[in-house]
Amino acid sequence: MPAQVTERQYQGQVHAVSRQLMSAWMEELGRAEAEGVPTGALMISGNCVELLRACHVLPMFPEVTALQAAIRKKSLPLILKAEQAGYSSDNCAYVKADIGLFLDGGMGPGKPIPFPTITVCNYVGCNVYVKWFEHLADISGSKLFMLDVPFARTAEPTEQDIRYVTAQLTELIALCESVSGKKFDIDELREILAHAARAEEGYARAKELCKNHPAPFDAYFDAINMMGPINVLRGTREAADFFDTAVKEFEGLVAQGLGPLSEERFRTVVEGPPPYPFYKSFRNLFSKWGAVGVASTYSTVGGIWEFGFRHDPRRPLESIAEQMLRENLTNRSIVARYAQIKRYVEEWKADALVIHSIKSCRLFSAGQGDMREYFTRDLGVPTLMVESDLEDPRYYAEAQIRNRIDAFFESLEHKKLVAAAH
Amino acid sequence: MTAEAIIERCRDLVTQPLGAVAEQWKTRHPGGKVVAVYPVWAPAEVIHAAGMLPLSLLGGGTSVELTHADARFQSFVCSIAKSTLELGFQGLVKGVDGFVYSNICDVARNLSSIYQRNFQDVFVEYLHLPQNSTSPSVAVYCASELRRLAAGFEQALGLGVTPMALSKSIDVYNALRARLRAFYAFRIAEPQKLSTVDLYVVLRAATLVPPEEAIPSLDTLLAELPQRSARPRDRLRVVIEGAFCEQPPIGLLEVLEEAGCYVVEDDLLLGWRWITGDVAGEGDPYDRLGAAYVNQAVPSSTRHEGREHRSVGLIEKVRRANAQAVIFMPAKFCEPALFDYVLMRQGLERAGIPHMLVEFEEKMWTFERTRNEIETFVESMMFD
Ligand code: SF4
Ligand code: SF4
Repeated sequence: MPAQVTERQYQGQVHAVSRQLMSAWMEELGRAEAEGVPTGALMISGNCVELLRACHVLPMFPEVTALQAAIRKKSLPLILKAEQAGYSSDNCAYVKADIGLFLDGGMGPGKPIPFPTITVCNYVGCNVYVKWFEHLADISGSKLFMLDVPFARTAEPTEQDIRYVTAQLTELIALCESVSGKKFDIDELREILAHAARAEEGYARAKELCKNHPAPFDAYFDAINMMGPINVLRGTREAADFFDTAVKEFEGLVAQGLGPLSEERFRTVVEGPPPYPFYKSFRNLFSKWGAVGVASTYSTVGGIWEFGFRHDPRRPLESIAEQMLRENLTNRSIVARYAQIKRYVEEWKADALVIHSIKSCRLFSAGQGDMREYFTRDLGVPTLMVESDLEDPRYYAEAQIRNRIDAFFESLEHKKLVAAAH
Repeated sequence: MTAEAIIERCRDLVTQPLGAVAEQWKTRHPGGKVVAVYPVWAPAEVIHAAGMLPLSLLGGGTSVELTHADARFQSFVCSIAKSTLELGFQGLVKGVDGFVYSNICDVARNLSSIYQRNFQDVFVEYLHLPQNSTSPSVAVYCASELRRLAAGFEQALGLGVTPMALSKSIDVYNALRARLRAFYAFRIAEPQKLSTVDLYVVLRAATLVPPEEAIPSLDTLLAELPQRSARPRDRLRVVIEGAFCEQPPIGLLEVLEEAGCYVVEDDLLLGWRWITGDVAGEGDPYDRLGAAYVNQAVPSSTRHEGREHRSVGLIEKVRRANAQAVIFMPAKFCEPALFDYVLMRQGLERAGIPHMLVEFEEKMWTFERTRNEIETFVESMMFD
């Protein structure tokens, strides 16, 4: 193996500001009950956070809670608690961690994570969402609003799809008004959507910068710093400003020819969520080979902004509907995702595709073997598939994963050398 | 024909590959087309109204070895998804011109597009079953989704649906469903005369022939069944819940009964019984089907019902069937069933209804452990 590649351990403003913004939001959530601020539980994928914001309902995200438990290595006892209560080992562990948190007394009235006042299931692709929020509403006794978003099964959303979603958005507004006691103001929503569009533009520009060699940040592992602001805080001025800061910082790195590693040897596109309980060690397995994620699908669960879509303040409800229907990864078919990845491989000039297959998440993973077939056989893109979980540490077999990653990059390195010799 | 002979014919039919069933029908209907629907929901009326034969697509059961599909779907994915894809690879659905999937779960959703990618010469449609149950816009939306399906048939298969034809098909399927309800009612009343295995093969066979052909046979059978001589036994009356998609092996259904149960309600082949009464009303047939989806739907794990708790429909079933217990029977890895198990179980416990869990796989072939578990459960209930 050639000289050791190291991480630059760069922790710039992006990291710090993102943490600060997310902490402020968590604190606000912790105070909500005492201050009488209504809260609304939402899912990350293709969400309509702007609408809740415009309705003065503070958004909360059970997925973020689950993710944080995993990254702090606290998920297993929670998962086990849920399994004792009857959840299957085959159910999505995100849900179990959340239910476990409740059973553990960590969620509910008077807790830092309060029960939501309303539970808004933005059913965007993932059927587990429906179950999760049914269970959450059952536990918390909060009103469940099922925002049914038809799956993207035609090239464009049909007129009926848009009408159906906007009709439900109008009903949701009425529900929010009833809990907040405040009249909805469409102009306020327009303003929020303008902030959202600015954040989307910034996120897209940041991703665009990863077309540089080296890419200024890892669009899989580092994108997590941006996923909070784009998915949770979208629609705030602070989130929009955050992306201006991020873009400036990344442009600076590009100008200096710096990336996240001491050397960018391989450019990968990464598919699937990360193993949060082993985030750092999983990353290390790639870093040592000089492999940088230049694009990722996971970073688009909330929205695919890099291909141009923006919320449009002139068409507020329609553009929210369009975003939920079409402009996010989870509401598209897995085969449509092949096209997205293909575009990444071509336009971001990647050497390989890495598929991280997640047992919990069948939405992402069921059928990824077919995806591998397509990329290796039909397109000739070297593809590595490893399996673990995003929340449940029991499915992370480090030695096995390491062997597969090492073998894959060894062969890629060999191919590179052979190609260079010719 | 005797009841035994009809049931035997049904048994024979359900063991045939779907492609063979399609081809046989096509020989009798030259130029005809066949459309198969993946569980749970079956928009059979729309397929029928286009002059096509609707079939249930239920995976490979015990008969198909996976040679291609297991490389495409991981080990933690349910078996029916893999074996359904395998049917395509092995040419066992040759003769079926179209496939309809819907949003029952994340796996079925991915399967739909992967199926299309691998078999580009057939028509594949993915239907969105509304999950919002209370918005006034749902019925209208559901109707529009069925219209889209019909337009797809016209465009891809060249067979259109007229409102008149659809109204007629609704009548035919109303008649078919009335028969199916009669079988279920009969089993509740006299389970000793209609075993679940018999009912299951009859029901499944009814999803493999045109409804006009099924109805007369079902009528004969309904007339014959009461004549059967069988003494009621001291068995536990149970409801099976959770087997709405992947099919339990017939051997497992047999074991349930041998181990001391009368199955008096179940959720097998639910899509073909989705609408619990006659599709009501006058006027536009799509609108009527849309309204039936919202207001006359059977409770199912694959559809959100915002108007009541998950367990309510199940408890009602238990009461209606005069059952004593529930056997949860989810397919291995089936997320909708496994999630619902938790809330349903809690509801049953509140209502004081005993239950047990029996996971299965379509390919399962030894049942001894399950038999023991069920026997123990039955004994604990009967001799308490
Ligand atoms: S199945 Fe996947 S997308 Fe759905 S809740 Fe679980 S982790 Fe999230
Ligand atoms: S068995 Fe369950 S998980 Fe599998 S396709 Fe059917 S509903 Fe989905």
